Amino acid sequence: MVSIGCVIKNPGNSRNNKTGSWRTFKPILDKEKCIDCDNCIIFCPDGSVNKQHDIDYDFCKGCGICANECPSDAIEMVKE
Amino acid sequence: MVKEVMTSNKAVAEAVRLAKPQVIPVYPITPQTTISEYLAQYVADEKIAAKYVKVESEHSAISAAVGASGAGVRVFTATSSQGLMLMHEILFAAAGMRTPFVLADANRAISAPLNIWNDQQDSIAQRDAGWLQIYVENAQEALDTTLMAYKISENPDVLLPSMVCLDGFILTHTVEPVEIPDQESVDKFLPPYVPEHAYLDPKEPMSIGNFADPDYYTEARYAMQVAMDNSIEVIQKTCDEFAEIFGRQYGLVEPYKTEDADIIFVAMGSLCSTIRVIVDQLRDQGEKVGLLKIRAYRPFPVEAIKEAVKNCEKIAVIDKNYSFGIGGALYSDMKVKIDKEIYGFIAGLGGRDITPEYILEAYEKTKVPEKDVTWIGLKEE
Repeated sequence: MVSIGCVIKNPGNSRNNKTGSWRTFKPILDKEKCIDCDNCIIFCPDGSVNKQHDIDYDFCKGCGICANECPSDAIEMVKE
Repeated sequence: MVKEVMTSNKAVAEAVRLAKPQVIPVYPITPQTTISEYLAQYVADEKIAAKYVKVESEHSAISAAVGASGAGVRVFTATSSQGLMLMHEILFAAAGMRTPFVLADANRAISAPLNIWNDQQDSIAQRDAGWLQIYVENAQEALDTTLMAYKISENPDVLLPSMVCLDGFILTHTVEPVEIPDQESVDKFLPPYVPEHAYLDPKEPMSIGNFADPDYYTEARYAMQVAMDNSIEVIQKTCDEFAEIFGRQYGLVEPYKTEDADIIFVAMGSLCSTIRVIVDQLRDQGEKVGLLKIRAYRPFPVEAIKEAVKNCEKIAVIDKNYSFGIGGALYSDMKVKIDKEIYGFIAGLGGRDITPEYILEAYEKTKVPEKDVTWIGLKEE
């Protein structure tokens, strides 16, 4: 049920909106190939990669920037 | 209660003064301009305790109106023709954000060719925006409807903005005697706006005008349709309550001699005064004819119309607008919702007078129909 006029009365609620549902391609990291350069962490526009390089699929929109920036081809984009 | 002779624009300004809005963003345009002038004077004279926002365009006027209404205060704006076209984008936002303010539209033709005179194309072109639209016939109705529009829009079951549509020049620049209600009675009828869904309060922060992805958008739009449905009852109830206090009864529609009529005219606005005279003339000649004035165009009061036309054989709809490729807007809506033999007539575009002869021609062409939609008074080379 949406509120009248879609008014949001609980600020900071973007955490509740799981934008991962927008994804068409899903990044899969092969930790064997990972060289800990942290490019994926730095370049992810959604902050969806943590320090251990785990990807938060609740918010990853599947843009593929991490895979593009990975120097060791450790991230593969797989169709959902 | 005071009786004064005034234009419909002055009548609207008087209603606004009595409704006590806190923010008035208006940009002048013919034939609405005198509304903005009267209100500027009232604010300068401290007859209205409102912030009069001087804006650089109609797009800004309505944007300021949405912002102020979203902050939780009562707001008024007014425009006409090209000004309303420039507001188009924000009209939809105002309805979607459920900001319940009132806009008076001095109905005027749309360019091109450039024309400042009356027809109803401007407001008709905004009919899908999600606004309530009420068309008025005279100055008294303009005043009374503007007051009622606030009560209807601010009803928690509605919360949609209202457009009060008054015919440019025919109403806005001609004078009639008008009863101005006293402030005490108006305050009783229309208490201050108490917003529950959207307001500015630092202790309770909220964001309005939000983004909604496909998971939410459909439901948000459906909620507007539910509000539109609710508004039918709210309009009737508000009219009844208004009648109790002020003694003037209005409704969703206004039938005139329709009960035993074989042919019923259907029209909106000041044109209805002329049609009523023709109905009387034709009745004197033994013709069974009536008039159904549509006050609420949005929501479209289907049940009230069905009730009023239930006994008639044919319906003649006169539109002062045109949707190219199909016909007049009111005619089209009647064809969709009313199961009767209906003919459409286009007249009064760009300020051409709708004379008694035009109305009689529409009557004859409804009796002996030639085609579905006829342009009346078209000059042939």
